[in-house]
Amino acid sequence: MTSRARHTAPPAPAATALPPEEDTFPKLVRANALRWEGKVAIREKDYGIWQSYTWRDYFEQARLIALGLAALGLARGDKVAIVGDNRPQLYWAVMATQALGGVPVPLYQDSIEKELQYIVDHAEARFAVVEDQEQVDKLLHVKAQCPHLEHIVYDDPRGLRTYTEPGLLSLERLQALGTTFGADHPSWFDDEVAKGTADDVAIICYTSGTTGTPKGTMLSHRNLILTARNAVAHEGLRSDEEVLAYLPMAWVGDHIFSYAQSIATGFTVNCPESAATVLHDLREIAPTYFFAPPRIWETILTTVMIRLEDAAWPKRATVRFFLDMAQALERRRLLGQQLSPWRTLLYPLGYLLVYGPLRDNLGMRRIRVAYTAGEAIGPEIFVFFRALGINVKQLYGMTESSALIAIQRDDDVRLDTVGTPLPGVETRISEGGEVLFRSPGVFKGYYKNPDATRQTLEDGWVHTGDAGFLDGDGHLKIVDRARDVSRLPDGTMFAPKYLENKLKFSPYVREAVCVGQDRPFVTALINIDLAAVGNWAERRGIAYTSYTDLAQKPEVYDLIHSEVARVNRSLGEDDVLRGAQIRRFLILHKELDPDDEEITRTRKVRRGYIAQKYAALIDALYGERDHVEVEAKVTYEDGRTGTMRADLKIREAEVFAG
Amino acid sequence: MRRSAAGGRLLEVQDVTVRFGALIALADVSVEIERGEVLAIIGPNGAGKTTLLNVISGFYHPSHGRIVFEGKDRTRLAPPDVAALGIARTFQNVALFKGMTVLDNIMTGRLLKMKGSFLLEALYWGPAQRQELEHRAFVERIIDFLEIQAIRKTPAGKLPYGLQKRVELARALAAEPTLLLLDEPMAGMNVEEKEDMCRVILDANAEFGTTIALIEHDMGVVMDISDRVVVLDYGRKIADGSPEQVRKDQAVRDAYLGVSHE
Repeated sequence: MTSRARHTAPPAPAATALPPEEDTFPKLVRANALRWEGKVAIREKDYGIWQSYTWRDYFEQARLIALGLAALGLARGDKVAIVGDNRPQLYWAVMATQALGGVPVPLYQDSIEKELQYIVDHAEARFAVVEDQEQVDKLLHVKAQCPHLEHIVYDDPRGLRTYTEPGLLSLERLQALGTTFGADHPSWFDDEVAKGTADDVAIICYTSGTTGTPKGTMLSHRNLILTARNAVAHEGLRSDEEVLAYLPMAWVGDHIFSYAQSIATGFTVNCPESAATVLHDLREIAPTYFFAPPRIWETILTTVMIRLEDAAWPKRATVRFFLDMAQALERRRLLGQQLSPWRTLLYPLGYLLVYGPLRDNLGMRRIRVAYTAGEAIGPEIFVFFRALGINVKQLYGMTESSALIAIQRDDDVRLDTVGTPLPGVETRISEGGEVLFRSPGVFKGYYKNPDATRQTLEDGWVHTGDAGFLDGDGHLKIVDRARDVSRLPDGTMFAPKYLENKLKFSPYVREAVCVGQDRPFVTALINIDLAAVGNWAERRGIAYTSYTDLAQKPEVYDLIHSEVARVNRSLGEDDVLRGAQIRRFLILHKELDPDDEEITRTRKVRRGYIAQKYAALIDALYGERDHVEVEAKVTYEDGRTGTMRADLKIREAEVFAG
Repeated sequence: MRRSAAGGRLLEVQDVTVRFGALIALADVSVEIERGEVLAIIGPNGAGKTTLLNVISGFYHPSHGRIVFEGKDRTRLAPPDVAALGIARTFQNVALFKGMTVLDNIMTGRLLKMKGSFLLEALYWGPAQRQELEHRAFVERIIDFLEIQAIRKTPAGKLPYGLQKRVELARALAAEPTLLLLDEPMAGMNVEEKEDMCRVILDANAEFGTTIALIEHDMGVVMDISDRVVVLDYGRKIADGSPEQVRKDQAVRDAYLGVSHE
């Protein structure tokens, strides 16, 4: 291997082979424990204080969990369901499972029982390691339908002391079992780790999927380690990075950033105190390396805008002025246009007054590399954060590619591409316009689903299902999900996600679904953002009782209408997309919710399902009437269902000519 | 899933009568609270439920009758002394320090446990510092327990009602009470908030072994979480037993749930 010789020449040579002593995660963690004995591997905020664990602790804790699982009889190939918020204990459980040749299966912690049951049963999980009582209760309820599930291990004993169900034990108890087992079998752990090879399945990530039932994507140690290393080399990541692990462990993105890359590079992972404290903890940690789906960037932007609205006017005017200026500057920079000299001169002043303090406040002062991933981001949102001097880049990937396919290079970030393929990744476009790729990260197949595997994986090439193309400079452009893109009667291309992202730039719009396939024109179903619109209403003295009530206020319709008009105006200026302006819209009576299967757990709109569920609303949008009654089934957190009734107004939107 | 009530009598209210002028709020009421149980006190408006809690917490003194706590007569103690004995309570109307943060509010629940001189406290030095840290650590356990980490530094007055109720409970728990009195802990809450609150009450009972007496109107909640139910009507105790017994009791049905007209 001569690959280490030249790392100056782009593109960096891709790693393709792994030495046998570092070809699985448990082996890497063991090496880290020796190399970085005293270096912090993972932190968790607990009881109001950041508690740190070194790589030595990481290894020892995971080892005891592994031995405990061995004492319970975990055999090679057994599946272990992992359910809960990002907790060091659960990451250790992932490594512990891998150490014994078992396969961890992380699940979304907010899954309702039905979803949990499907995956636990399909994966034939014999063990589950979970965070707390909530997850234990869910699993106990579905245990009867999951014949393989024998043992449930929980970390937080709160509320569980009186449970007497067989097969239920605390992590503490499991580790105690491990200690005893380790004393009786001193070489067990090392022997099992030694049996592991690069091509063992390291994890099964069930993809939420915007269509049909979840599929279990099998990724090997080789897939993950090579993909992680190639990206680390490409991005120049170091062992002193700090990341915040706050996205679901079941999402491949978290697995690659908070597990694979952390172990491969030795950097520190920080687990927030609770889901509600993420933004606060973000500020305390001030990560150097940060990843977020567009949804989170939007949320952060919304909180900034709400706070700005509440500020006194001189402050507000100053901040507005500098933000607008920086965004104009950044937009020109991204388009490769000439920068105006006075703006360039003023930028440092803006940094001193606005951008710097704002970044500090958001916990983004130390960010060296940040990604937006999972979905296309609205250009305005992207520009906003880049304008603050934050190195946000678009990343493209999917579970089947071990999360990563393409990343924008630091010196070549553009608005409308997702960058160039990472080292080791080949991409091409099929005749139908679909993006295909081949890489060391290509998954081993879907668990127990050869048909789906065959449809997706052909001669090593993966069909992404995304429509896109490579531009002249080799940048990959993604248009939308291939099956969602269509043409309107006048020939205008209709890519719903593009319009929705434009709408979602507004802090008042939380979610939007644009309809136009096989229709004469484009219409939109809109979800308001309760926090932002609620705050807006309060400032205007508009009283409301509930989400549904607020959503149907005429003033709120006026507000959203002006946002739709803004989108239409910008579309009207675009010769290609002028015909795709939104003609009619309505505001939905409830938030789209993964529990109602309207969006996935990673917040992707499930169009097919929405078209079906809201068929009456969509028909009304293409009808004559200016309102429509709706009766909807809602699923509560505990899985019960109920119905709600509402009368939704329909508005015509202002349309702009060129 | 209910535990069998453990370990003996914690508190006895013996033939207590409370009079406000001509009005008899409680008439010869006797109630025993067993150690470790969750006791619900129910009854129509004006039945004397809150008065009963006030008598136990020393806010009112009975015109007649005795209160025995842990085997000793505690009839005539003032509220602070009662609190020092390990009886904490929450109020029907939220009573927090609105301008103080949630954390500081809960810390006030530890006041009775703090010793030391004013000077040392002011200087935050030596034992005072150590003591502050210990109490803070305990309060953090409560914050974790009630899952209110996200509002630790928020002024209590800014919080929605459901959360204020929760903070009030946190403050009461911070005092590590033997007996916790809750006056309508779920009033004005929606179904989800109520469910959360039920879980917290049961968890506190299981985790800290706190004996709990609560007033509640939601019969679903009462039936779900209590080991025993006492029913008051016009200042008299008309029933006392397990939720099932009380549900079937004809006197309760007539007085409280209304006479059936079938």
